[in-house]
Amino acid sequence: MPEQLVFAMEVFLNGLMAGVLYALVALGFVLIYKASGIFNFAQGVMALFAAMTLVGIQKGQVPFAHLINAMLGTHIHHFGWHIHSFIAILLTVGVMILLAWAVQKVVFKHLVGQEPIILFMATIGLAYFLEGFADLMWNSEIKKLDVCMTANACLPQGINIPIDEFTYGIFGYGFFIDNLDITATIVAIILVAALVIFSQYTKQGRAMRAVADDHQAALSVGISLNFIWVLVWSVAGFVALVAGIMWGAKSGVQFSLSLIALKALPVLMLGGFTSIPGAIVGGLIIGVGEKLFEFAIGPMVGGATENWFAYVLALIFLVFRPQGLFGEKIIERV
Amino acid sequence: MLDAGHTEETLLEVNNIEVIYNHVILVLKGVSLSVPKGGITALLGGNGAGKTTTLKAVSNLLHSERGEVTKGSINYRGNRVQDLDPADLVKRGVIQVMEGRHCFEHLTVEENLLTGAYTRTDGGANIQQDLEMVYNYFPRLKERRKSQAGYTSGGEQQMVAMGRALMSRPETILLDEPSMGLAPQLVEEIFNIVKDLNEKEGVSFLLAEQNTNVALRFAHYGYILENGRVVMDGPAAELRENPDVKEFYLGMSDEGRKSFRDVRSYRRRKRWLS
Repeated sequence: MPEQLVFAMEVFLNGLMAGVLYALVALGFVLIYKASGIFNFAQGVMALFAAMTLVGIQKGQVPFAHLINAMLGTHIHHFGWHIHSFIAILLTVGVMILLAWAVQKVVFKHLVGQEPIILFMATIGLAYFLEGFADLMWNSEIKKLDVCMTANACLPQGINIPIDEFTYGIFGYGFFIDNLDITATIVAIILVAALVIFSQYTKQGRAMRAVADDHQAALSVGISLNFIWVLVWSVAGFVALVAGIMWGAKSGVQFSLSLIALKALPVLMLGGFTSIPGAIVGGLIIGVGEKLFEFAIGPMVGGATENWFAYVLALIFLVFRPQGLFGEKIIERV
Repeated sequence: MLDAGHTEETLLEVNNIEVIYNHVILVLKGVSLSVPKGGITALLGGNGAGKTTTLKAVSNLLHSERGEVTKGSINYRGNRVQDLDPADLVKRGVIQVMEGRHCFEHLTVEENLLTGAYTRTDGGANIQQDLEMVYNYFPRLKERRKSQAGYTSGGEQQMVAMGRALMSRPETILLDEPSMGLAPQLVEEIFNIVKDLNEKEGVSFLLAEQNTNVALRFAHYGYILENGRVVMDGPAAELRENPDVKEFYLGMSDEGRKSFRDVRSYRRRKRWLS
């Protein structure tokens, strides 16, 4: 049935777009895991924190307004100004770098050489701390995120009309594709390209990969681990901001944003914890897989397969290929 | 040849240092030594004697292993260096080549070498020139420049580790156990390169080695460590002729070669204590 086929194609495309968003979150995990061996449970919360900070700065919210008002008996909530999105994003990047520095200084500097499980526990603590801190700083209302670079070039929402019309002309059936998803895909492609160029062709990127391979040897050639880790956490913070913007624009900036981290887990198991291309491909497979599965099998089992499909797929991968599709096997010379 | 390049100027001076790991394990119990400019100084001794710890105390890699210099002082060119970061020491010209090579396995050979130049700020042209210099000393690395270091042979990895250190333009290289796990022929090749670097590039070496025989052939001066103490030191030529060194470290004595079992029991009875 051609109609079914065309519908499946639309589902496939939408799956790809959703996959890009998963991949964005997974990327942040991979970066930190590769460079420091830390599985950063707080990555999702970092995306939430970044998105909340962005909205807060944009709207001129007073940070810690509740706290200040409670202590001083005042009623301030807003500075009364709006900041241009571009500047707000830059400021948020600054906040994320500050956060990276503080995390390194306060937490991980003291945990150098500890067991991975201890580092992991520290990131769980960090996740809860950040979550509360974000609420305290910017309050816990659900916020709407509008990012505009110029007056008429905001993050687009809604159905892309040209694609709808174009596909209608060919198939006699219009594809519903969200403009935001298209933007997210383009942004993700640029981001990944930039990351690859950075890590492959720059001195600091090389140092980052060196640290990922061997901490002691990196120290011995004069690479400062602290600096590299702050760098990595900053980059991960930046990736979290991008993910936060995309997800926040899609579903509003609210607590549940931090749960996207859970969706990134199966992506990582599929793609491998140590591979940037793995995070992308894993994200796309999960995105497409869960949409197509829902489309093809969903009706037979009563629907809602999207909730568990990714995890079952991850489970199967854990059994048959634990390092994921692109994960690094430990090189052993014979 | 043995005293060639020996000058009066002292680069590194270690005075009576004590090193404690994890706040409880005393590893070095007062080690003193000095490394002259332009010399190859060997640090000899068996397993657990404290050779690696001494090198790491100098390069300050101890810190990341929960080790600490609790007594004594380490001076480089007259300045106290024991509280510096490893990175600062590399900038001052002291770099360590660690035992067991420690290459960056997933980086290519050339990328490995380039990480050695991380602390340098004198521009890409100079770094490129030094890369050629390293390839000159280790032609094998040039052939394998695009391979992942993890897939190269043990000898090549040792060369990568040494080449990487060279890329920082060091004045002193702390070379830990370069012969480990290598065929005798390769050991000879590596040591000849060390000698070359010492004579042609003027790099001073502090060399920790279990292979006493080879080390004393190439070094100018030697220290023998046992149980965290220096038990003997002297010019390499003298050490080689010393009957105790011959017996305990070179496995020779007046009665000819001994089996390892006898040597061990001998050593337990007759130990140098300072």
